[in-house]
Amino acid sequence: MTAHTGSEQAQPDDPYPSHTALQHVDLTDPPGLPRTDLAHPGLPHTYPGLPSEAKAEILARIRTSLSGDARPPRVEVDRTYRRTRDEGTDLVGLFAERAADYRAHVVRANSRSMVDTAVGLLREAGVGRLVVPPGKRLAWLAATGAELVYDDPPLTIDQLEVEAGVVTGCALAIAETGTIVLDAGPDQGRRVLSLLPDYHLCVVRADQVVGTVPEAIARLDPHRPQTWISGPSATSDIELSRVEGVHGPRTLHVLLLA
Amino acid sequence: MTTVRPEPTFLGMPPFPEAARTALANSQLRTNMRNATHTIRAKRAEVVEEVPDWEKLRLAGAAIKDEVLAHLPRYLEQLEESVTAAGGTVHWARDAAEANAIVVDIARGHATDEVVKIKSMTTQEIGLNNALAAAGIHAWETDLAELIVQLGHDLPSHILVPAIHRNRGEIRDIFRSEMGHAGRPAPDDLSDRPTDLAEAARRHLREKFLRAKVAVSGANFAVADTGTVCVVESEGNGRMCLTLPDVLVTVMGIEKLLPTWRDMEVFLQLLPRSSTGERMNPYTSMWTGVTEDDGPRVFHLILLDNGRSDVLADPEGRQALRCIRCSACLNVCPVYERVGGHAYGSVYPGPIGAILTPQLRGINQHEVDEQTASLPYASTLCGACFEVCPVRIDIPAILTRQRAQLVDLGRGPARRGEKAAMKAAEWALAEPWRLGLAQHAASFSRHFVGRKGRIGKVPRLLAGPFAGWTASRDTPAAPSESFRSWFKRTDGGLSEGDPAAAGPPEGLLEER
Repeated sequence: MTAHTGSEQAQPDDPYPSHTALQHVDLTDPPGLPRTDLAHPGLPHTYPGLPSEAKAEILARIRTSLSGDARPPRVEVDRTYRRTRDEGTDLVGLFAERAADYRAHVVRANSRSMVDTAVGLLREAGVGRLVVPPGKRLAWLAATGAELVYDDPPLTIDQLEVEAGVVTGCALAIAETGTIVLDAGPDQGRRVLSLLPDYHLCVVRADQVVGTVPEAIARLDPHRPQTWISGPSATSDIELSRVEGVHGPRTLHVLLLA
Repeated sequence: MTTVRPEPTFLGMPPFPEAARTALANSQLRTNMRNATHTIRAKRAEVVEEVPDWEKLRLAGAAIKDEVLAHLPRYLEQLEESVTAAGGTVHWARDAAEANAIVVDIARGHATDEVVKIKSMTTQEIGLNNALAAAGIHAWETDLAELIVQLGHDLPSHILVPAIHRNRGEIRDIFRSEMGHAGRPAPDDLSDRPTDLAEAARRHLREKFLRAKVAVSGANFAVADTGTVCVVESEGNGRMCLTLPDVLVTVMGIEKLLPTWRDMEVFLQLLPRSSTGERMNPYTSMWTGVTEDDGPRVFHLILLDNGRSDVLADPEGRQALRCIRCSACLNVCPVYERVGGHAYGSVYPGPIGAILTPQLRGINQHEVDEQTASLPYASTLCGACFEVCPVRIDIPAILTRQRAQLVDLGRGPARRGEKAAMKAAEWALAEPWRLGLAQHAASFSRHFVGRKGRIGKVPRLLAGPFAGWTASRDTPAAPSESFRSWFKRTDGGLSEGDPAAAGPPEGLLEER
């Protein structure tokens, strides 16, 4: 098979805007280079084929598989699984407990003690400077004496890479699993902000705590990019023993405002 | 063009019995596997115990996945629409080669000779790394276990913890000797403490995350109605790859869909508890298309068939496509525990691999090779896998079905012997007098065989396919007369005086 430029294939409204020319890639293996155990024997296409061709063929194959005697029966989804915790559960307390289970350091405060509590957390973490998303809700942290670096105009990756800590709010928190959800709202910011610095302070208000995963899903907007955080980063890949802190913030503090 | 070393594949692995024998002889592997699987079994059991409606969640999970499969064309088209509306580009790949070509094309289009990867079994299935290598493009694995496997020029042995067959000493050695070739070297005095190993990985990979232009991921779920794609992880390498590079390419099997956003509420409960035995994994990322000023500027979603439409054709086998790759079945399987993943000779090992791999290789449509034919027999049919499967895949039923398929295709393991034995049984059982004859012959044999009441090891020449069985088990010798004969002779035990005293002949009812 010879490679040839795709100029005769280019469509006026090119569905692949990032390609300047479609190269037909020869993937019949050079001698000695094996394919994988699950790759089907070479089919007589040149790759990539016209997009409509592959799509049509796949959909046709699926329809054939689901037709005639092989037609699947009707499916009913029973949604009577539990949606909420029991009435009267102390959701804030449960959240604090469960988040701590996964090594998030959770401290409670109220409007009078929040500044002092924050000061304590920052001292414990040895952080004197925090990246802050461009919203206004976290401006009170200036009272802790920490230097606040707003992401406005947006910080570059190089600038973020040297920052020791970041503070964000959250979209909501899930008590049952000890999870914080960020959804790029004004006091959470771009995803990269809470990713590169090694210390993440998250401010969670009591009214943001829901009981269960179904409650969280019902409240979240799927069109916003979301990051669900349950403790600092961890791995169990080495002999299945859990190790904290691979990539992403290795220290997570949660300031729970009641 | 840089030369990139190709990675090993599972091609050419021997059939399961042979591979298992080799694995069983490896006591280090057996120790690692035993510790690992027992630990994670306990963790899973504990967190599942906490959930009072676990069975309802399983039933809902199975039903939602069945719904997706039943109307797959509609949901796929809906997904394409919603992803495109959100600024992503959707590609369709009929097979591995087509998917690989699309990824290579995209990488070339951005003039890069490296990509960073989040762990993805789908990309392993299609051999993406080798396709990129052939095009002179490095594919840097960033998941710690995949990094260990890649640096060690090894094959993964588990869906979730691919380096489970490596202990900390081995990992340290691999890091020390190989990290320098791939980037930032490991410190000379690197210890084997997991904390230090993780730190070495963090430093080694950091520079790659920060400079890579293109990332490749798989997907745990994609929501058809909103176009939202979801990646579940623990270490943060996923977040790095999904957020920092300009271009994100996600390769996803066509069965990984969910109909609506709401369905995530079921699966985000089923998956973490089943896979890592946690209430929730550390990081889950969800995104829809492209978001301005947040994450990649360009998003490509590749929908992969590669045999899934063939799996779909079998009404019983298709439930294997419900699989959400949690690996709970691997962790409870007594066979997997003892032999590890390599013995299955495929990207997908363990119980799910035993039913999925043969189907992806076409067992529902045609004959398969000897290695594939050995996979449905890699099981004791104990059913533990079915019990823990979060989407209720009836693995034992499919295994039995595939064995039947193989026998029908003439590919059962003891082909001729099995056929002959079945024919003989068919003959003997067809008429009462024939059965009587067989029983008399058996009783008569007692004069020669098993005179002490038991038959021990029988030489292969006489026993044929049963030789393996008799090598480790005793068989009771045939009684001196059959029950039917005794019953007839003594009129049901009545004519021999007190029936309790007389009883059936010696050897007929074994005392244990």
